[in-house]
Amino acid sequence: MGKKNQQIDNIQADVDTKKTQTAEVRKVDVPQGLWMKCDKCGEMLYRKEFEENLHCCIKCNKHYRVDARTRVEQLVDPGTFDERLADLTSTDPLEFKDRISYKDRLAQVEKKTGMKEAVIIGKCYIKGRPLVLGVMDPFFIMGSMGSVVGEKISAAAELACEEDLPFIMVTASGGARMMEGMVSLVQMAKTSAALARLDDNGGLYVVVMTDPTTAGVAASFAFLGDIIIAEPGTMIGFAGPRVIWNTVKAELPEGFQTAEFMLEHGFIDRIVDRHDLRNEIARIIDYCGK
Amino acid sequence: MRLCWYWEIMNMAEQNAGKKGQFPGGQILDFERPLVQIEQQILELEHQQAVTGRDCTAEARELRSTLVTLMKKTYSNLKPWEKVQVARHQKRPQAMDYIQMIVRDFCEINGDRQFRNDKSIITGLGRLAGHKCMIVAHRKGRDIKEKVECYFGCAHPEGYRKALLKMQLAAKFHLPVVCLIDTPGAYPGIGAEERGIAQAIAVNLMEMSRLQTPIVCVVIAEGGSGGALGIGVGDRIAALEHAYYSVITPEGCAAILWKTAEMAPKAAECLKLTPKDLKKLKIIDDIIPEPLGGAHRDPSVAASNLEHYIAESLTRLKRIPTEKLLQQRYDKIRHLGEFFQSGSAATPVKTKRPAALTLPVTGGPVFQSQAVRV
Repeated sequence: MGKKNQQIDNIQADVDTKKTQTAEVRKVDVPQGLWMKCDKCGEMLYRKEFEENLHCCIKCNKHYRVDARTRVEQLVDPGTFDERLADLTSTDPLEFKDRISYKDRLAQVEKKTGMKEAVIIGKCYIKGRPLVLGVMDPFFIMGSMGSVVGEKISAAAELACEEDLPFIMVTASGGARMMEGMVSLVQMAKTSAALARLDDNGGLYVVVMTDPTTAGVAASFAFLGDIIIAEPGTMIGFAGPRVIWNTVKAELPEGFQTAEFMLEHGFIDRIVDRHDLRNEIARIIDYCGK
Repeated sequence: MRLCWYWEIMNMAEQNAGKKGQFPGGQILDFERPLVQIEQQILELEHQQAVTGRDCTAEARELRSTLVTLMKKTYSNLKPWEKVQVARHQKRPQAMDYIQMIVRDFCEINGDRQFRNDKSIITGLGRLAGHKCMIVAHRKGRDIKEKVECYFGCAHPEGYRKALLKMQLAAKFHLPVVCLIDTPGAYPGIGAEERGIAQAIAVNLMEMSRLQTPIVCVVIAEGGSGGALGIGVGDRIAALEHAYYSVITPEGCAAILWKTAEMAPKAAECLKLTPKDLKKLKIIDDIIPEPLGGAHRDPSVAASNLEHYIAESLTRLKRIPTEKLLQQRYDKIRHLGEFFQSGSAATPVKTKRPAALTLPVTGGPVFQSQAVRV
């Protein structure tokens, strides 16, 4: 057994080094300060101007990740967002502890992001059209889905169903939240079941995929939209690129698992620039909404 | 095709077991060593008896009873990581074995009518304890050729689409669906992504939640993440005693949180992936007992327990009118998970009442294990 363990270690070490060699370094945090440098084109950006440009690079239009509150501000008609279930928090069902406990991790992230959980839901108006909106925050433990996220999204779908409103979901998530174990995995089933109800009721469900939309979230409510739109350059996929690399041990195709790749393979409807999102959502509601 | 590290480990374990050889269970797990020693002693005694003619029956009997006691003790106190090892045991019965043992007149039906026939998911009609039903199951494969053919039980999108197509066929003809889950996870490959593995699983979750026929799901060995859930939504969810069901493999979890796969045993503990824990968390409804020492030591007993469970579940579920069945299924899925409502610090109060009635008047937090209404 010792020898076997040794062999396993060797393989894992081997895999780990290869991982670090091939892992694409994705910068997610926009550096704080007055100026910042675009990590795609290298342009120096004045922060205020960058924020006014909806967190996109002024030169190359790279779409940066946006936290949930800012996203809501960008999307909805000013002052119309009526947040629901803002007070739900996780119970730590597994009493999970790795290097730090899950409770501490949650407290840390809450302090850092000012969010209680990785999603906010509520009723609002976009260009005068009433709707139910859900927005995920990619900075809250990678926007991962635990009990609270699953519950809020299911509740939002039910609200849309009851009030006959369209449901717009802006996704940004690394998948199920490991620290809630199986409880988080079954949230995939829960959200999908709630959306099945909305579908049975003839409700419109539009998904806006933003960077990143992967794993458990992609494999549940994100890919169930009647209409699925994505921001340019969004990472969309199920397995992580490293895991895939470890399986096939071959170069991954150019632009693998991006919004453009998904459009080409027929899995999303449109790629929409962040500046056009409001118009696009309003247009879809006018065509399909009740 | 090169294999991922997980499969390399599995292969290596097999080679090791092959070298060490003669143990009747095949591969020897670490915690089984004391048991193996006793079994070898018994074999030696029997050999001596045959060669020298000396009567060793009494000694052998004593050793056997020690063996049984020790085995009971070992197997009732398995650590989570040990459970994972038992679930991955190379001799553990697979879905195809169970189908051969308990399904009469099995008629395999193939293909997703879109791309190809994914061999890592078997679908077919059969009679199980007198119930005509649709069987949907993962297939891991026994020999290396079969294993490669069905990607070690890791299904592609076409596998999930095939499963859904056959389940809808079953619903059309009012046949219940039985899902046997045994997979390390969905296949992480380029083709799988190109053909929309995430979309395929998502659609399965949605459609299974409203499929108009009873669904019984049993995790028979490994329940690996979304790949398992993709055929794992139903009216009754159960797991065999030594199966595991997890959001991520312990190795994967350890690699992410501790940056080393060595911490897998610790990760297995943290993830609460054993049937006992899952039942406490209300993820599964029932645990199906296995024979002493795991299903691989006596597959027929495991099969008969499984048959009994499925038959009993089907009998009950078939009596419920479809509309009521779907409502029950929805309510069950909708109530998965738990959370606090209203964040201010105080001791949480556990309640079973609907959320609308329990909104805190005093502002204290309320523990929710039920769906909330907005």
